[in-house]
Amino acid sequence: MSPLAVVLIVIAGVLVGVAAGYWLPPHGRRSRRAAPTAVRRILLPFTGQAISRRSFEAAVRLAKAENAVIMPAFLASVPMNLPLDTALPAQCGRGMPLLEAIEQRAMAQGVPVDSRVSRGRSSRDALRKLIESEHFDRIIVSADEDPHSGLSYEDLRWMLERVPAEIMILRPAPEDTRRISLEAVGGHF
Amino acid sequence: MNEDLATRTEAPSGAGGASRAGRLKVFIGMAAGVGKTYQMLLEGHAEQEAGRDVVVGFLETHGRAETARLAQGLPMIPRRRVSYRETVIEEMDLPAVLHREPELCLIDELAHTNAPSVEHLKRYEDVEDVLAAGIDVLSTVNVQHLESLNDQVTELSGIRVRETIPDAVVARADEVVLVDLTPEALLDRLRAGKVYPRERIDAALNNFFRIENLSALREVALRQVAQEVGAKRRPTEVISSREESLAEGTPQAIGERLLALVEPYPGSQRLVRRAWRSAQRLNADLDLLWVRRPGQRLEDDNERSLSALRQLAAILGAKMYEEEADDVAAAVADFAARHGTTYILLGRSRIPRGLARLRTPLPQRLMARLPGVDVRIVADRAARQNGEARIADPGVV
Repeated sequence: MSPLAVVLIVIAGVLVGVAAGYWLPPHGRRSRRAAPTAVRRILLPFTGQAISRRSFEAAVRLAKAENAVIMPAFLASVPMNLPLDTALPAQCGRGMPLLEAIEQRAMAQGVPVDSRVSRGRSSRDALRKLIESEHFDRIIVSADEDPHSGLSYEDLRWMLERVPAEIMILRPAPEDTRRISLEAVGGHF
Repeated sequence: MNEDLATRTEAPSGAGGASRAGRLKVFIGMAAGVGKTYQMLLEGHAEQEAGRDVVVGFLETHGRAETARLAQGLPMIPRRRVSYRETVIEEMDLPAVLHREPELCLIDELAHTNAPSVEHLKRYEDVEDVLAAGIDVLSTVNVQHLESLNDQVTELSGIRVRETIPDAVVARADEVVLVDLTPEALLDRLRAGKVYPRERIDAALNNFFRIENLSALREVALRQVAQEVGAKRRPTEVISSREESLAEGTPQAIGERLLALVEPYPGSQRLVRRAWRSAQRLNADLDLLWVRRPGQRLEDDNERSLSALRQLAAILGAKMYEEEADDVAAAVADFAARHGTTYILLGRSRIPRGLARLRTPLPQRLMARLPGVDVRIVADRAARQNGEARIADPGVV
């Protein structure tokens, strides 16, 4: 083999090496894409300034077990005398930090999160609109003892009758006083 | 302030300024019963004692004995009786006020809507006539009557206030004074019958006068007055540092205007939420921009994320824009120049691969193209928490 051929082969080798360095991910190995599987979606709706810690933990456990995405959804109610498409800064002032807190805690536990907001004339109306526009495999709600702080028993019954998804309603329990509130949001928000 | 108002108003009239406009001082509060009218009457007395010619053009005591007692000693222009649909309504007698020519006139309830047959539809228009006649005016208004806050207050309280005034009326006032009271103190006054008669107390407590309503309204009132103060200070402040640093051709923004760069991925929502909180703190408008590649097609997941982003923008009151361009930095710079953006927020970029590693990162390109515009990269708090030993977790019980 002539010296020129050797030089050319070496140059070609170097070029291939440089190209591979650029194209491959930083750790040197092409990440193996997981086979495309249908990701399950777990809806975690809330209306107030705090959610039951039990329902959050149940959502995280299930999401880990089922390779699912948690979808916390803030349900805002638009008063009858305002247009339905109006901005709701006051309610968002309570809902957004809580959404952030839920997202932070779920992601810290390695569970993917994809948040939603929905609005309607009532919490149920907002939930109905959300369910009509998107598919969820499972919905987790807590049967809160205070119907003013979240979805009422009527709303839960409506969900059982009308919503085409698995619905997990956590029965009231003494530990329902354990909650995640908007103060749980980490850092400057 | 009393001396202040007196000295400032006396000077021009002493100089023969019959044509000078009167000065307007507005007492603003979060709700009925905080003491706006009371404060106005106190000031009226102080001005009278200082030797000024003070009259009450219109006073609404709402049956409050304290207020009625305080009004004693101040000359009052009799109300005008107007017939409307077979009822008799009492209104301020504007011609009588103008004829009387006092130095200072106290006119309660700036947002009041007049009966149809009088000179003007709204009382603030009467006040404008009084000011134009060179008469100083003290007046009162609740924050929910300001047009720009009307929707926000309706959302907070569930009650739509029909009588509104343009914000410009208060913005033009020479002085705006917040009459503040804690929600707890106001509720105590209400329960003691100092705000409404006994028969209306229960209804008031069950509807408008709830602690959460009052707290929110108080915040709105405080913000509003802070904004008025800021707006009045601005012309005298040195603003050249911002002006000098802005690129030529970039329109000078009046206030802050934030721009969040989004993509149809779930993580963008966190960025939007943070941008919205910053916009709220700065009392600024928020725009969202997605620069899509020409011909870019979206997967179903991305379509859903985009729809969720639009929902979020709408509920937060942000405006969402989409632009098609190959060069993201150029498109953003162009957008920022057109919209007067002062602050850009973007998320952490994905790790570049291939030849993309050779390119200058987007934040640096933006800073190069938009000198004077702040660029902020929003951190992933969840990632930070993962790496930290958390000592306390205040919001989790």
